[in-house]
Amino acid sequence: MRLQQSKEQLLDAYRQMKTIREFEERLHREIMTGEIAGFTHLYSGQEAVAVGVCQHLDSEDLIVSTHRGHGHCIAKGCDVIDMMAEIYGRQTGLGKGKGGSMHIADFDKGMLGANGVVGAGGPLAVGAALSAKLDGRGRVGICFAGEGSINQGAVFEAMNMAKVINAPAVFAIEINGYSEHTGASYSVGGIDIANRTAGFGLKTVETDGCDYHAVYDAMAELLDHARAGNGPCAAVFRTTRFFGHFEGDPQKYRARDEVKQHRLERDCLKTFRARVVPVCGISETELDAIDADVLALIDAAVDRARAAPATPIEEMEADVYVSYQQDQP
Amino acid sequence: MTVMTYREALNQVLHTEMARAPDIFVCGEDISGGAGGTSGEREASGGIFGVTAGLLPRFGADRVIDTPISENTIVGMAAGASLAGKRGIAEIMFADFITLALDQMMNQAAKFRYMSGGKATCPLVIRVPYGAGMNMGAQHSQSMYNIVTSVPGLKTVIPTNAADAKGLLTTAIRDDDPVVFFEHKAMYGRKYEVPDGEYLIPFGQASLLCEGDDATIIAMGRMVLFAQKSVAVLKEEGIDCDLIDLRTTSPMDEDTILDSVEKTGRVIVVDECTPRCSLASDIAGFIASHGFSSLKAPVGQVTSPHAPVPFARELERAFVPNPVSIAAAVRKVVSYQ
Ligand SMILES: Cc1ncc(C[n+]2csc(CCOP(=O)(O)OP(=O)(O)O)c2C)c(N)n1
Repeated sequence: MRLQQSKEQLLDAYRQMKTIREFEERLHREIMTGEIAGFTHLYSGQEAVAVGVCQHLDSEDLIVSTHRGHGHCIAKGCDVIDMMAEIYGRQTGLGKGKGGSMHIADFDKGMLGANGVVGAGGPLAVGAALSAKLDGRGRVGICFAGEGSINQGAVFEAMNMAKVINAPAVFAIEINGYSEHTGASYSVGGIDIANRTAGFGLKTVETDGCDYHAVYDAMAELLDHARAGNGPCAAVFRTTRFFGHFEGDPQKYRARDEVKQHRLERDCLKTFRARVVPVCGISETELDAIDADVLALIDAAVDRARAAPATPIEEMEADVYVSYQQDQP
Repeated sequence: MTVMTYREALNQVLHTEMARAPDIFVCGEDISGGAGGTSGEREASGGIFGVTAGLLPRFGADRVIDTPISENTIVGMAAGASLAGKRGIAEIMFADFITLALDQMMNQAAKFRYMSGGKATCPLVIRVPYGAGMNMGAQHSQSMYNIVTSVPGLKTVIPTNAADAKGLLTTAIRDDDPVVFFEHKAMYGRKYEVPDGEYLIPFGQASLLCEGDDATIIAMGRMVLFAQKSVAVLKEEGIDCDLIDLRTTSPMDEDTILDSVEKTGRVIVVDECTPRCSLASDIAGFIASHGFSSLKAPVGQVTSPHAPVPFARELERAFVPNPVSIAAAVRKVVSYQ
């Protein structure tokens, strides 16, 4: 099955994927300058998953993300300028610089947050799906999850709970082959994640996460199921990451040319181009123009983040609660 | 004496103790790294902070267990094995994630001994890198040792230099109770002189790092390093301090605290935790209850504010107690009439 998508939609999907790619490639370079603090986990290589999933969603649908969250944010519509400012720890960032790369969220866009705790998103996504179910408007809650998180008890509980309460939750599981420095073939007992999710009674599809169209088609089927009130689902995506676990990871656990080969053979952008240009009425020139737009946007995002004001110290103790009356000692 | 880093001291103890006692095993995420990788390099990291480096090649995968991301079972498995005759050393990659294992820590490991009427022993060590200062954000920077200290049945250790790291980890491994061992992430690379050969430091024995009659500074973990800087500055101003490094907060060396309080009558507790139910408030309460007659001023408490650890550099810097804020607190207590 290959679902028909309009030219407009395909161009938008390409723009999203390219934006994620360039955002991450640029961060990779900027982090080496030392200007960006903390832990940054890049999503390059996995773009087709975030975009193939989020192309089906609007801002009413809810997603829960991971420590590797930039791609999910961009695909769900977070402002790239505000995201970059957050990663630079600036006042203009989506979280006023208080969250950082691992904690970007934008509730207006239905993006409930990246997450520093592996597996914590599972229960939260079921909660988002519960909220959607109670509203009865066909919305869904999506849990993006790395294959490493699939070994957390909380994720097992979340899948079971979703089934028990018949929540419109979809677990989008991204197998990029590693959790930090450990391979999936070691850490995921039984290896077959689709079998696990199916074991919980989730309607499950497994497909190539480096192929936008495959992701899009798989999600179409699952989201129909979930939106119609037929219960939770899981999509298992085989994908790859082009960088280390976090920036600075020497990746001794990976074969020397693994990334090079994956960049050559499993690059979702190249696959997308090769597929749409001859048959979808899309020209190379149109895609090149998008590339140029995206690069300009990323340039602007970095420039604006650099120029943005530091978060004032008064912010340190603000936003802990909605309201909190206490005399300072 | 040999000069080595805090990380190296810990690593050396793990090697020595595992070689000494075959019933010791270690487990945790990426403690070796490389399992299931495509490079064929079976040890790819030796722990993300390098503390467990070289253990796998030397002791093998049965005793050096790379685990899936499953904190509750990492601790629970180590506790269960320790209840059944082994000595487990579990690593939780960031102290923040002990929250995922608190059932096994607080409801299980901590209580076996008591609930069995003294029959069970659970000689378990849980190593936890902790603390702020690396811009790792709200979920990778917390101190957590106040929570652990509050639990009857758990012992809490916070070494502040490589020599103490060696002496205290050796004691922790040989101790028959569950011990939670806090290692500040910012201290791993710091170098110190470390005694050669077997070296054990008993729990519940603080170290008095310097002596003075004007005030008592009580600190633990990385705050000791900051307090040392404040002490040097204060000395130039003519303020001489006792600086007490608690080293273990459960058990806690109450005698050393009270002796010093009796001498100076003026006390500051420095604690990286947030203020409510912190070690600072706990120790201030202890001193108020047991050393009240010696006090010449209210006990000063220097802690982080009542907020999550912020990400932005400027905010995080302002968040954690520092030599300047510690010195200011000392001056305030010393000038109190
Ligand atoms: C509860 C918890 N344990 C450990 C970590 C440290 N950690 C961060 S990411 C990660 C690996 C996650 O692997 P996976 O879920 O496959 O996602 P990927 O990094 O591959 O995107 C680990 C162990 C964490 N953040 N949270």
